[in-house]
Amino acid sequence: MRPRIGVYICHCGLNIANTVDVDAVGEFARALPNVIVARHYTYMCSDPGQGLITKDIGDLGLTHVVVASCSPRMHEPTFRGAIQKAGLNPYCLEMANIREQCSWIHADRALATAKAMDLVASAVAKAGWLVPLQERQVGVTQAALIIGGGLAGLQAALDIANAGFQAFLVEKGAYLGGRAAQLNTTFPTLERVSDLLTCLIQSINDHPNIRVLTNAQVEKVDGFVGNFRVSVLERPPRVDAGKCTACGKCADACPVSLPDEFNAGLSSRHAIYPLPPSSETRTFAIDDQACTFVQDRICQPEPRCVAVCPENAIDLSLEERTRELAVGAIIVATGAATFDPRGKPELGWGVYPNVITSLQFERLADVNGPTGGRIEIDGKEPKEVVFIQCVGSRDQTTGNLYCSRICCMVSAKQAHLIKEKYPDARVTAFYADVRTFGKGHEEFYDRVRKEGIRYRRGYVSEVYRRGDKIVVRAEDTLMQKPVEVTADLVVLGIGQSPRPETNEVASLLGLTRSGDGFLAESHPKLRPVDTMVDGVFLAGTCQGPKDIVDTLAQARAAASSALAPLCRGQVKVESATSYVNEELCAGCGLCAATCAYGALTLSERTRRIKVNPVLCKGCGACEAACPSKAIQVMQSTPKQILSQIAALS
Amino acid sequence: MPSSALVIGGGIAGIQAALDIADAGFHVFLVEKEPSIGGRMSQLDKTFPTLDCSACILTPKMVDVSRHPDIELLTYSEVIDVKRNGSSFRAIVRKKPRYVDITKCTGCGSCAEACRLRGRIADTFNAGMGKRAAIYVPFPQAVPLKYTVDPTKCVFVTRGVCGKTQVCKEACKAEAIDFSQKEELVEVEAAAIVAATGFDPFNAALKPELGYGVYPNVITSLQFERLSSASGPTAGKILLNGKEPEEIAFVQCVGSRDETTGNLYCSRVCCMVTAKHAHLAKEKIHHAKVTVFYADVRAFGKGFEEFYDRVRAEGVRYQRGYVSEIYQRGDKLVVRAEDTLIGKPTETSADMVVLGIGLVPRPETNQVAGLLGLENSSDGFLAEAHPKMRPVDTAVDGVYLAGCVQGPKDIPDTVAHAKAAAAATIVRLRQQTTDHRLQRTDVRVLTT
Amino acid sequence: MIDTEALVEQFGLTACIQCGKCTGGCPVSPKSALNPRALVYQMLRGEGFELVSREELWDCTTCSTCGLRCPKGVKAVDLIIGLRGQWIESGKIPTTLRAPLTATLNQGNPLVLPREDRSLWADGLNVKNVAEGADVAMFVCCENAYDPRVQPMPRALVNLLRAAQVDFGTLGLEEQCCGSEIRRLGESGLYEYLRDDNLDKFRQAGIQKMVTTSPHCMNVFKNEYAGAGFTVEHYTQMLARLIAEGKIKFSKRMETVVTYQDPCFLGKQNGIYDEPRAVLKSIPGVKFVDMDRSRERSVCCEGGGGRMWLEGTNNKVRLANDRVAQALETGAKVLATACPFCFLTLSDAVIATGHENDLRVMDILQIANEAL
Repeated sequence: MRPRIGVYICHCGLNIANTVDVDAVGEFARALPNVIVARHYTYMCSDPGQGLITKDIGDLGLTHVVVASCSPRMHEPTFRGAIQKAGLNPYCLEMANIREQCSWIHADRALATAKAMDLVASAVAKAGWLVPLQERQVGVTQAALIIGGGLAGLQAALDIANAGFQAFLVEKGAYLGGRAAQLNTTFPTLERVSDLLTCLIQSINDHPNIRVLTNAQVEKVDGFVGNFRVSVLERPPRVDAGKCTACGKCADACPVSLPDEFNAGLSSRHAIYPLPPSSETRTFAIDDQACTFVQDRICQPEPRCVAVCPENAIDLSLEERTRELAVGAIIVATGAATFDPRGKPELGWGVYPNVITSLQFERLADVNGPTGGRIEIDGKEPKEVVFIQCVGSRDQTTGNLYCSRICCMVSAKQAHLIKEKYPDARVTAFYADVRTFGKGHEEFYDRVRKEGIRYRRGYVSEVYRRGDKIVVRAEDTLMQKPVEVTADLVVLGIGQSPRPETNEVASLLGLTRSGDGFLAESHPKLRPVDTMVDGVFLAGTCQGPKDIVDTLAQARAAASSALAPLCRGQVKVESATSYVNEELCAGCGLCAATCAYGALTLSERTRRIKVNPVLCKGCGACEAACPSKAIQVMQSTPKQILSQIAALS
Repeated sequence: MPSSALVIGGGIAGIQAALDIADAGFHVFLVEKEPSIGGRMSQLDKTFPTLDCSACILTPKMVDVSRHPDIELLTYSEVIDVKRNGSSFRAIVRKKPRYVDITKCTGCGSCAEACRLRGRIADTFNAGMGKRAAIYVPFPQAVPLKYTVDPTKCVFVTRGVCGKTQVCKEACKAEAIDFSQKEELVEVEAAAIVAATGFDPFNAALKPELGYGVYPNVITSLQFERLSSASGPTAGKILLNGKEPEEIAFVQCVGSRDETTGNLYCSRVCCMVTAKHAHLAKEKIHHAKVTVFYADVRAFGKGFEEFYDRVRAEGVRYQRGYVSEIYQRGDKLVVRAEDTLIGKPTETSADMVVLGIGLVPRPETNQVAGLLGLENSSDGFLAEAHPKMRPVDTAVDGVYLAGCVQGPKDIPDTVAHAKAAAAATIVRLRQQTTDHRLQRTDVRVLTT
Repeated sequence: MIDTEALVEQFGLTACIQCGKCTGGCPVSPKSALNPRALVYQMLRGEGFELVSREELWDCTTCSTCGLRCPKGVKAVDLIIGLRGQWIESGKIPTTLRAPLTATLNQGNPLVLPREDRSLWADGLNVKNVAEGADVAMFVCCENAYDPRVQPMPRALVNLLRAAQVDFGTLGLEEQCCGSEIRRLGESGLYEYLRDDNLDKFRQAGIQKMVTTSPHCMNVFKNEYAGAGFTVEHYTQMLARLIAEGKIKFSKRMETVVTYQDPCFLGKQNGIYDEPRAVLKSIPGVKFVDMDRSRERSVCCEGGGGRMWLEGTNNKVRLANDRVAQALETGAKVLATACPFCFLTLSDAVIATGHENDLRVMDILQIANEAL
């Protein structure tokens, strides 16, 4: 039977119709072989638009449908649903993308119309060869993996667990809490972050459904939505938390000393060091990277920490081990790095000890920090403090074009803390735009100005020394005058940057990065936590800079996305998989070696390749590798593709 | 044992929350007071910073809602009473009469064509620009695509008589029009409630110095959306009185960050809305002189600063300084401000002024708060349980907030917030329906 | 050198976000170096501020648009008045101000005329003294009392009040300057003396209700005399009410087109926009048209803030001249106002622009009185 094809051309309001003569494209389509009907409409995706298609399928007995509109990424599910409703197999649909690939990128109406015709012709040519495919459902492992034990990961894990599913929380460091553990107080509410964090960590540790793996890293991820297999490399807890009394003798004995990254380099620590106070238990941990004994079996004459520990709590001989987890969904919550201020040498960080970052300020202001909460440099309280905004944000010279979203409020809060402790201090903030956009933020900005924080418009150009003072030079753009402001403390409002290991995380999971280097969501407006990989979701600052409240909202959003397959217990899987023509297959195995998803195996018995349709993504790598054209991908068969090409020539 | 959730408000927040809860396998009642779901987002032309057409990305979700087997859509309906019933809620929903039988209406539009008031009623969907009939669908992609009689305008409803015959009724081949319809009360039992009632645009007439309502060519950003929209009153052309403006001024912070209006807060979206509008103005009228008056440009979201860079590169001029006054000189408007970076007062002539109006709590927000036992924050929006740690929970167990009812938000932040409310709802529904405490198990080690 | 920190504290300038809404709305900023936003910024910077050569501070008309529109509640006008105060304190009083200030202290008026001539405006009217007992005290205003160009206004009010059978009286020779402009010139000591002295006099006369002919007097009594203990309204409010109650009826028609200048102290500063218009619209034959810039968007006539005695740094451009041009644009034959300062500046402007035959400036009192 000859195919009976209907062609439907969408105006997309004016998005397409402005550049493409939809009437002419319709006229053209009507003349194509096997086309029974061609129509155009303002919004094909709307109810009446879809109604046109479903009605024609019934009235005219269409067998295949071509929709010329936007990218199939946008509306393929919509139109598949529509034709299915009218009794056709959803896979008997072909889309011609005449928006993203035509009207949006061309200005010349005649040429764009001609191209749209080509695209439609090509889609019609392929459509005739489309075969019905069956949609399949597979079961779901009712557990989730959360990568990263910062705020986002904690919240996501808690939601998954509270909904009754197993949550594996994998944190590569020794403790939970992430960046938030380093922070002093929240804005604009001025609560102690550690109080809020401790509560959350407590509920995580107490939760029967949550398994926390600290010192652990995801090494490998296989599988697909609902059925992931994850290998996690777990470094052993070399200090037995049950025995450790946190007496600190071990650290005193440790010969290794290095900057304490928890205190943002303001103090140093040993290779064995205490966990931050927000951790549930007061215990010590060993930094495997820094410990010379763990690394190279060198610590003369023997590991001193082990020797001095009165509780025998330390065991350096334990080995790393790999665990295999089965999960149905994965939430990526790997966080962000802070901008390295050495990227702005003119600001003197690393040169002058009284030029510090906003993160260092958090540690200085923290009662558990290196100064016990005294905001001091070299034991002296600051009298003149300057805050510098947008360090590493909105700045081509650093490659970070984006706004880091939190620094304006961080600085406002820190300026407030200075004024609170030292009411006589002169506090100046240099800025270009004050971005206090969150709930209660503008009100807080109003408050700190009234407390006497002076805002001066203009980015800081240079920081240098004159006598025993630091001089901050900028243009005051509201006076149009270059100004010099002296300071004994300069705080750089550093931005958030993608973590250096973002690429590894991305390739581990098959994710992509957006232009700013953070992990890319699948749609910037309507799918802010989903990714291009089904079953993998983003939470928190790995997707872009965020404050605490937005991080938590997004983490819960990611949990919501992950809960859908977990609750349902079943997911749909790709139907357009590869299949083997056993007559032609020689069993050479070249395809199996090419397959990135482990979907192909060579049957011992038949010496033919077998496809695991659940693992197959329909990528087509096997088809290209096969010397005898024995393996092909449904919906991209040579016949389909060649007819598409033929229609273009 | 009800395992249902009630979502109040069918804008993008309510839609997203409903979809997530239903996708997790629970029943959802989605109540929308307007004839169609879609909310404010359906009024937008393009979205920033990607310039995706708003309808293109929203419509699929609206259609998903209407097709979802687990979502029961109650449009043109309002929740009028909520009572706690143990751990769940019993809500009364008032279904307002559409005077159209939606099981019969095909959405063909013959009734509106026939209506005696056709083209005479200010179209609220088009922000007052453009006219519609007394029987209408708010917009072509409405879900459900069913006509509704505007009871405040239809003369048959208000006066009991419309000419000699009811022309709409005669025109309707499906015999769907039924003026005998009465309001209906429906009782709904739900274990959780998501409030997603959204925001209102700031009333620009409250800033008299800006001349809104005085000069027809001073319009709001919402009106600009409709002008720019292909389905709007000018079919996407930027036209006022049939003329293309050559000089366009955009005014920021209208009704935001402003003690004189009582709104101290930043509305979070207007800077980017304006950047987008400035871009569209430049795109549609290449030679147009476009000036944006601002105090701080708040382009903070993903890709926002980059977009702000782009529109400046396209020739949009940003002048730092709030607009103080707008008045007429000859056939032009004059926008008076100070250029604070030069320290001089300026007069900028304009054919069109677009006011970047802020987001304010809806007047019925307090009603919703009263029904559900919620509180307002000082800015008038509804208060979350904790401003940092619990952005979607409320002081009432089982009631959650989604989207702009809690405070101004752009679309991605609204969607994330709504999904977070959905997560909270799903957790609650799961806890009420299953034993959610698993045995403390060890990590499942697979045999390989 | 000015103590900028003290001024920042006193006027709450830290609230400022430098948006420029004040300077953008300032009626004199386009023609003067006066820049309220930059003034606030200079205070905030605290890098020294010299009054010398800041003559533009005397250009401010205290119309208060800057403060009324400020999104953060800063009143730049108060800072300007404060700076004027420091200028006065330094003893370098602008020459044209010396005589008015001295006369206000000695004679109770800035017009440098004898105290005993204060009631000459009411010659032959037999207005009783409020101390004899009256429901309403009528406050005449120095300008109206002494300046023959505006003396008809209080006379008209007397006529109108009598027509409505209102029991009223004046303070007679006891009336003296309200201090509104004195305060705005920065002479706070003299202002405080006048305020206290006036309050004593009002108490002695047993004043409960007051009506003023000038919006400036009304404003200072209502908003700046703390604990005044009497209610005060501007005559337009009282007339609008009397007309609405039917107590004033107009018998004559006035076939003309009238527009109206909102006095800043009545409109912008006190929100009284509707009552003056109601009075005008109630007069038979009057066709009322508003200027484009009216009500909240009205423009100052440049007569307030002591500008009656100060030319300002740029007298080549006069706002009153612009207002006359704008009034003519409406097709009006009469430019009405409800303030003696507006009346005088606008009348001068009509002459200066050569429109004596096209446009007549009238106080609402005159119009209402003519129509009685």
